[in-house]
Amino acid sequence: MDGNMEHFTQTKSSARADTASAPIKVDCQNIDVYYGDKQAIEDISLQIEDRSVTAFIGPSGCGKSTFLRCINRMNDTIESAKVTGKIFMDGANINDPAIDPVLLRSRVGMVFQKPNPFPKSIYDNIAYGPRIHGLASGKAEMDEVVENSLRKAGLWEEVKDRLLAPGTGLSGGQQQRLCIARAIAVSPEVILMDEPCSALDPIATAKIEELIDELRERYCIVIVTHSMQQAARVSQKTAFFHLGKLIEYGDTERIFTNPEHGRTQDYITGRFG
Amino acid sequence: MPDHIVTAFTDELEHLSANLLRMGGLAESMIMDASRAVATFDLELARDVIKRDRSIDELEVEAERAIIRLIALRHPMAGDLRAVLGAMKLAGDIERIGDLCKNIAKRCLELNGDENRAAVKGIERMSRAVSHQLQMALDCYLRQDIEAAKTVLDMDDDIDDHYTSLFRETLTYMMEDPRQIGSNTHLIFMAKNLERIGDHATNIAKAVYYMVTGEATTGAKVESRLSGDEGEQR
Repeated sequence: MDGNMEHFTQTKSSARADTASAPIKVDCQNIDVYYGDKQAIEDISLQIEDRSVTAFIGPSGCGKSTFLRCINRMNDTIESAKVTGKIFMDGANINDPAIDPVLLRSRVGMVFQKPNPFPKSIYDNIAYGPRIHGLASGKAEMDEVVENSLRKAGLWEEVKDRLLAPGTGLSGGQQQRLCIARAIAVSPEVILMDEPCSALDPIATAKIEELIDELRERYCIVIVTHSMQQAARVSQKTAFFHLGKLIEYGDTERIFTNPEHGRTQDYITGRFG
Repeated sequence: MPDHIVTAFTDELEHLSANLLRMGGLAESMIMDASRAVATFDLELARDVIKRDRSIDELEVEAERAIIRLIALRHPMAGDLRAVLGAMKLAGDIERIGDLCKNIAKRCLELNGDENRAAVKGIERMSRAVSHQLQMALDCYLRQDIEAAKTVLDMDDDIDDHYTSLFRETLTYMMEDPRQIGSNTHLIFMAKNLERIGDHATNIAKAVYYMVTGEATTGAKVESRLSGDEGEQR
């Protein structure tokens, strides 16, 4: 009758096997990062899918931001930092000395925790990158790049009548979308976001999250967030870091309903780990 | 598992589970009392069982409120999320068990005290088995024990067999003496109610299995996990 075991239905063919993966955009292999003598990242290997959102979560100091900064070689700018291991983007090792980090950063854009528009007009904030990389010839083309970038960042309607006003005069949420537009303007392939919403109110946060979801169709996005709800809402894959190690990486849905590791479970359910 | 950093969260989850176990205990005693009322033709006891169903309903409303609060305010994740969803299922199943016991007691009031003893004995036997099954199911919830959950699932076959034989037996009586059709039909419905209670106890065991493993699984999968060769499945 109803209770018979034959009537069990199986909802997933295999609960532990994560969904078939999309093409890999960034392939990180055996990454170690040292700040002086202190090892901040220990032997992390991680494959990030193209056209999807990958969230990095973990307690403060677990290395998630450090790891994120490896992907566009931002750690190069820190005197004491040393990065070993290989990071392949479309097959090329970005840590190769022959790679120009400035060019790399035009392919891998970054958005920071605190909105940091240049003290220039809204227009020039967007035009700055395309200008130095020579991505637009002539005013008409530049106007188009600016408009397109602002549109993709969902900011165009709000600022189209005051493009020459200073970017710093916008609200916090608008400034953050301006920074995203600025990152998009140089046509990157990957966008790194380091806690992009932590300084924003819930409505501005929702707008950014909606934007992230739209950008996912075109870009590979990696987001570091302290809000697990946010990771759950915006990402398809989640990586949990702890004490410089990658503890668990998999489909976001699985991580938040049935994580494999006790440490992941303790962290996301708010227990002492 | 360690406690939550926010201790009130742990307290609320524990309170919810204590509430469900209290509901379950009430349901268990209702099963036994309903069948005793039938066996001894104790109409007072039957009326008491009918009254007690209200307490279960009230506890269910309380449990649902607690579950909604937990989801809205605590945003449970992973194991906590499964515990809360499982609690929701348990509350529903136990509430239904209360309703079915109440129905048995109501039918008892329709009997006239001279029913065929064999069928009445059968009801008593079945209710012992069903209440034992429910007790085991609640126990596996308390201890989050998937081995015990498996045992509860197995017990359901026995109860179904009980029901089938009682049904056949009663039909024979009805054919022999048509004057007994009315009361015997009540007895068959009682047996059917007990069989349904067994299904709800089974649901509880399945919910526990989900809470512990995170998987809604086939019988085969339950078997292999318990026999320890789950390695191949991961």
